Amino acid sequence: MIATSVGFSGYLKRDLLLAYRRRGEAASPLIFFLLVSTLIPLGVSPDSARLAELAPGIIWVMALLATLLSTESLFASDYQDGSLEQMLISPQLLALTVLGKVTAHWLVSGLPLTLVSPVIGIMLSLPGEGTVPMMASLALGTACLSLIGAVGAALTVSLRKGGLLLSVLVIPLYMPVIIFGSAAVQAAIDGLNWLGPLAILGAMLSGAIALCPLAIAGALRLVSNN
Amino acid sequence: MASARNWNWFHRMGSPRWFYETTGRWLPWLWVLTISLVLTGLVWGLAFAPQDAKQGNSFRIIYLHVPASFLALAGYYLMAIAGAIGLIWKMKLSYMVMKSAAPIGAALTFIALFTGAVWGKPTWGTYWVWDARITSMLILLFLYLGVLALQYAFHSQEAGNKASAILALVGTVNIPIIYKSVDWWYTLHQSATIKLTSAPSMHPDMFQPLLVVIVAMYSFYGLALILYTRVEILQRERKAGWVRELARQAETQEPAK
Repeated sequence: MIATSVGFSGYLKRDLLLAYRRRGEAASPLIFFLLVSTLIPLGVSPDSARLAELAPGIIWVMALLATLLSTESLFASDYQDGSLEQMLISPQLLALTVLGKVTAHWLVSGLPLTLVSPVIGIMLSLPGEGTVPMMASLALGTACLSLIGAVGAALTVSLRKGGLLLSVLVIPLYMPVIIFGSAAVQAAIDGLNWLGPLAILGAMLSGAIALCPLAIAGALRLVSNN
Repeated sequence: MASARNWNWFHRMGSPRWFYETTGRWLPWLWVLTISLVLTGLVWGLAFAPQDAKQGNSFRIIYLHVPASFLALAGYYLMAIAGAIGLIWKMKLSYMVMKSAAPIGAALTFIALFTGAVWGKPTWGTYWVWDARITSMLILLFLYLGVLALQYAFHSQEAGNKASAILALVGTVNIPIIYKSVDWWYTLHQSATIKLTSAPSMHPDMFQPLLVVIVAMYSFYGLALILYTRVEILQRERKAGWVRELARQAETQEPAK
């Protein structure tokens, strides 16, 4: 029991420390999120009525792309400096170790996106009723995205040009998350019950927590053999 | 002991050589079956089935569209199951089947989408609608492309096999979720689109050729899969004794012609 929790919390702390030491890199998804949101009024229209209509979907698409951007490096440095091999041969349960890493990834990428999203919401004139549902759905949804993305990152870690391939692999799997994520925000704006879509996101997250670590662990083992 | 004997067939199936030789004996029959079914179904459907009351002749594209869509979806599951067998029993042959199923499935998905678009123009006046079924088919195409891309991205055959098998399995878990979500998404945004879900019950004269074409497509799929797999076997086993022997025989026969 002690041994399993060490794998999880050890890697969680280690990855958070690494992210803290490379703050610039960790902040890049957030900066991307902010930058792209300034492109939207320039490209679409600064008219607040039109922006308000598009805001839930746009914010979700941007959050998805920002998460995807940071997913690529999830295992890359560990693979390059050999610490991935150490992780594989350690007596810890690999699935839990991996879950620790993904949790750290979410704390560094998904959580800041969630916290910044109200500001983006104001800038894109998202109606006020949408703010809380947006934060709730982004919190649950980006955690799903981190888990699913980690499967793709593990599969492509040994490839030199894995970035584009990663998006080909992962974006189709992201689709249910974005459907229910933006639906929750839209439902709240329309005055409907938004807890339903949110509950489905929660169910997806539970499923992903249970299954994704197994797939990630399998994919990483495969990489180590080659 | 009895259980060991029961599994013999399974282990024998894992041998690429056994597969190559057995399917070699089936191939002529399968060719005859496929060609006759395709000809019967298409000629019956395209030339003899009655015109549709509303759509006229344009409805006849159903005889390509429906079978292709059927096999596109079934093919993904076949690919994923082959990948799972490869991962679990480490069977070389099933990886070859998995790799062969990916391009065929992707092509069928594309055909289903393309014929759907061509059919949509005269029927609804537009090539593309964001309808639930069309969208899920498009996502299926992306899933196929992912497996294909991953397969070719690795230099090592072994790594490519396992990676795309894992991806195919992840996709299989996700397909029902994607389908349900897209369905739900569509009912939410239903407002201004055309309803596809209430397929009119078909007249038997139109339905019978459709059945033939569906069976024909299954047969074609089997044929294509076997042919692809045979090529894959020859390529991967090119250093094996029996493949060299085959090549030598082919070389000696060639000048005689």
